[in-house]
Amino acid sequence: MADVIVIGGGPAGLGAALEAKKTGAESVVILERDRELGGILNQCIHNGFGLHEFQEELTGPEYAQRFINQVKDEEIDVYLNTMVLDLTEDRKVTVLGDEGVQVIQGKSVVLAMGCRERTAGAIDLQGYRPAGVYNAGMAQRILNMEGYQVGREVVIYGSGDIGLIMARRMTLEGAKVKAVVEVMPHSSGLYRNIAQCLEDYDIPLLLRHQIQKVYGKDRIEGVTISQIDDQWRTVEGTEKIISCDTLLLSVGLIPENELSEKGNVPLDSGTKGAIVNSTMETGIPGIFSCGNVLHVHDIVDFVTKESRIAGRNAARFARNELPRGEEIPTRPGKGVTYTLPQKLMLEDPDGVTLFLRSDVIYKKARVKVKEGDRLVKEKRERLIVPSEMVQITLDPEELRELNGEIIVEIVGEKND
Amino acid sequence: MYDVIIVGAGVIGTAVARELSKYQSKTALLEKNPEVCQGTTKANSAIVHGGYDALHGTLKGRLNRRGVELYPGLSKALNFPYQQCGSMVLAFNDEDEKKLEALMENGRKNGVEGMEILSGEDARKKEPALSKEITKALYAKNAGITCPFNMTYALLENAMENGVELFVNTEVDDIEHLTDGVRVKATKRVFEGKMLINCAGVYSDKIARMAGDEDYTITPNRGEYRILDRKVGDLVSHVIFQTPTPDGKGVLVAPTVHGNIIVGPTSESVDNPEDTRTTKEGIRKVDRSATKGVPGLPIKESIRIFSGIRASVEGSDFMIEPSKANKKIFHLVGIDSPGLASAPAIAEEVRKWVEETIPLKKKESFIEERRAIPHFEELTNKEKEEILKKNPHYKKIICRCEMITEGEIIEAIHRPGGATTLDGIKRRVRPGSGRCQGGFCGPRVLEILARELKLPMEEILKDGPHSKLLAGKLKGALQ
Ligand SMILES: Cc1cc2nc3c(=O)[nH]c(=O)nc-3n(C[C@H](O)[C@H](O)[C@H](O)COP(=O)(O)OP(=O)(O)OC[C@H]3O[C@@H](n4cnc5c(N)ncnc54)[C@H](O)[C@@H]3O)c2cc1C
Ligand SMILES: Cc1cc2nc3c(=O)[nH]c(=O)nc-3n(C[C@H](O)[C@H](O)[C@H](O)COP(=O)(O)OP(=O)(O)OC[C@H]3O[C@@H](n4cnc5c(N)ncnc54)[C@H](O)[C@@H]3O)c2cc1C
Repeated sequence: MADVIVIGGGPAGLGAALEAKKTGAESVVILERDRELGGILNQCIHNGFGLHEFQEELTGPEYAQRFINQVKDEEIDVYLNTMVLDLTEDRKVTVLGDEGVQVIQGKSVVLAMGCRERTAGAIDLQGYRPAGVYNAGMAQRILNMEGYQVGREVVIYGSGDIGLIMARRMTLEGAKVKAVVEVMPHSSGLYRNIAQCLEDYDIPLLLRHQIQKVYGKDRIEGVTISQIDDQWRTVEGTEKIISCDTLLLSVGLIPENELSEKGNVPLDSGTKGAIVNSTMETGIPGIFSCGNVLHVHDIVDFVTKESRIAGRNAARFARNELPRGEEIPTRPGKGVTYTLPQKLMLEDPDGVTLFLRSDVIYKKARVKVKEGDRLVKEKRERLIVPSEMVQITLDPEELRELNGEIIVEIVGEKND
Repeated sequence: MYDVIIVGAGVIGTAVARELSKYQSKTALLEKNPEVCQGTTKANSAIVHGGYDALHGTLKGRLNRRGVELYPGLSKALNFPYQQCGSMVLAFNDEDEKKLEALMENGRKNGVEGMEILSGEDARKKEPALSKEITKALYAKNAGITCPFNMTYALLENAMENGVELFVNTEVDDIEHLTDGVRVKATKRVFEGKMLINCAGVYSDKIARMAGDEDYTITPNRGEYRILDRKVGDLVSHVIFQTPTPDGKGVLVAPTVHGNIIVGPTSESVDNPEDTRTTKEGIRKVDRSATKGVPGLPIKESIRIFSGIRASVEGSDFMIEPSKANKKIFHLVGIDSPGLASAPAIAEEVRKWVEETIPLKKKESFIEERRAIPHFEELTNKEKEEILKKNPHYKKIICRCEMITEGEIIEAIHRPGGATTLDGIKRRVRPGSGRCQGGFCGPRVLEILARELKLPMEEILKDGPHSKLLAGKLKGALQ
């Protein structure tokens, strides 16, 4: 029996556990299947973490370590090498760990399982299926944690951040990165990473290009790429072969919600994560969610911010102190692919920060929160890109005035 | 000198090896690849066909039916997955319905039992995912599904336990006739045997030519597939076929023994027997045909596309016969579908030929049974506790999509003819076959392979002989 059970010991789980403890939960447990805490951060040995949280540029492991140290100081029970196998609606958690199979009852549960990478199979990569085709995150783990190089001549498919970071990393280890191939008209990675990981090393970013075929029966020998038009049709005459011994895929991340589904937690088809209200509580009372399992984040600092909300409210739930009240739904409008949380509590003393992503690039943009035709709040942004999450905060007064569905939209100059 | 040399360790070669291991015969099984089960047996529909489709009067017709008879006992003795889930062939109009009648009639002649033509409505009652457009369906109770990999490994392990010697990385490249048998030149070694059985799949015509038999020609024929995530695995519970066309049985939708859904195959002649590419056109065809019968098929849940090569021949029947050049050599050519369904029967057939050629005596000490590697997730809580007491490696989950423990992986390496490659592990105990496709467990499995095989990590292969995964240690990397 524990007040708060946190599933996953990445930054989301660490943040949630610490905040739960601070809020007065007596027993807090972190369950982590890996041999150490820190989650995906352990393999992110590059800089760029903590600018918001600590106003410092840290590496992934350094950022994680700050939280791990605090977890050690608090009386938080950490179980490593412990895989959560099952979760029920009444918050029974089945684990397999050093003690074998066990069931733990939580007064509340925080889901913080992170995400996984989309694979070659999921994007119908055609041709052969040889060695040398890696997910970028897997390659990152092999280089940074195992100390092996995966190849010498590299093509990267998809311009997600992991792919961009790996373009630089492999270059620094002596590999030749020949191109980053992206099907969209814009990169799916942070601007900062395009500048620092591609432009600084003269690695071409080929937008609106697609890999048509993979060559090489045993080990990959090359790929055919071609330009595509707005309708995703191959532009005749643009096909060319790039030889390579490695193809890294950075084609998107998917929240790992198989466990949430076992607990009957309702999911959002847009975010692929749980549907939550402003307390980060899912559709199942007492089960909360945060971090990449809720929606894919680009910046870890925001994961931390979100995890604190989840942790705080999980502790309140465990102590029977979670405020309840009227909720209204939020919905993505024009220019927005998703908004989160999907439900707002009107009586929220903390106010609420809405997270959203745009569908395309907008310049001179305005983010509008509307209730019917009434404009509740507006925020100006010089530039909005799909790869960088947008936030807009409603304060307690603004919340209290609401009574119907909220729509969030982006208007501005489309840049495509 | 060996009594029997078998060339090729797919499901056919291993089934023959296992059958012969019941007798006092010294048998060598030669395989050119780093592991067994890397040819056609690794990529097919995994259906144990009911036996109504193969034309009456052909070898296929006879051996398929006999195969279906042997599966229940064999799968039990060797503990590999086999489910008699039944199949349906769909009809959308009068013309299709006539074909169903013809199939049923052919099945009856082949001696297939448990067939029935269902109305569209009854078919949908049995299989609610079927299209409203279906007018009739031929239901065959005894059709089933298996796991071709685990079947092959089961046959191999049991054969080796009963004395068969396996030689991998051993490619046969010449055959000489001796007065009392054959001499086989293979990679690094020469083998002599009283008999040779050619089970070389898509290369069986090439092996036949080495023996001086020029009149076999295999036309490789490719079939492309999709595999869908386990979470939609409940959608269908029978093997669902389209009405057959001259091109074959067409695209099917079927559950797999692991709870996924398999969709495919296409049928297309290719020049090169190694051409296991997938194509946009092929996969599009798979999607289109499959959704005709099962409109709600969630293509979005695809986790893998792949293809396999059929060893097709003109006349399209199995050819199982002695060489014209040397009666001590048997060729098995054109073993395309239903080769898997017929494998146990093909093995019996070959044994009969062998018996007529060299003396065979039953082995008293024959070990009939083999147990599968326990899959931790499927054990009862009590069994879990017991296995954990004996082997703490079962505590550690390596593949989280399929819930595979380190214990299972280690055992897959140390079984007779065990895994030496990443895909070999995947085919035996499934890490990497789930939705993340090895994204997380791949590096871990590599580590375990290297450790258990006492090899440097960079020597570990993905699958084929040139499929190295790593390009070397990083400079300055910590040991
Ligand atoms: C390669 C990469 C580069 C990035 N670069 C930057 C950057 O430069 N700057 C920046 O600010 N942000 C960056 N990010 C984003 C940020 O690091 C992530 O968004 C953040 O780590 C997500 O935290 P999380 O705790 O939700 O998930 P994770 O870190 O993935 O943690 C989830 C944890 O849950 C565990 N778990 C999952 N399921 C179970 C289970 N069933 N039982 C037990 N344990 C379980 C996992 O083992 C893991 O430890 C990057 C992300 C990636 C992937
Ligand atoms: C798309 C498709 C779908 C199918 N679906 C079904 C189905 O649902 N049901 C069914 O019953 N059947 C099906 N089949 C047929 C079935 O898969 C085959 O009949 C069966 O796998 C053939 O096994 P094999 O051992 O003959 O061939 P293989 O598995 O190819 O084995 C031959 C072995 O010989 C080795 N070899 C070749 N040359 C040499 C050499 N010179 N020296 C040493 N070794 C050599 C190869 O490396 C290989 O391992 C399907 C086939 C395909 C392609």
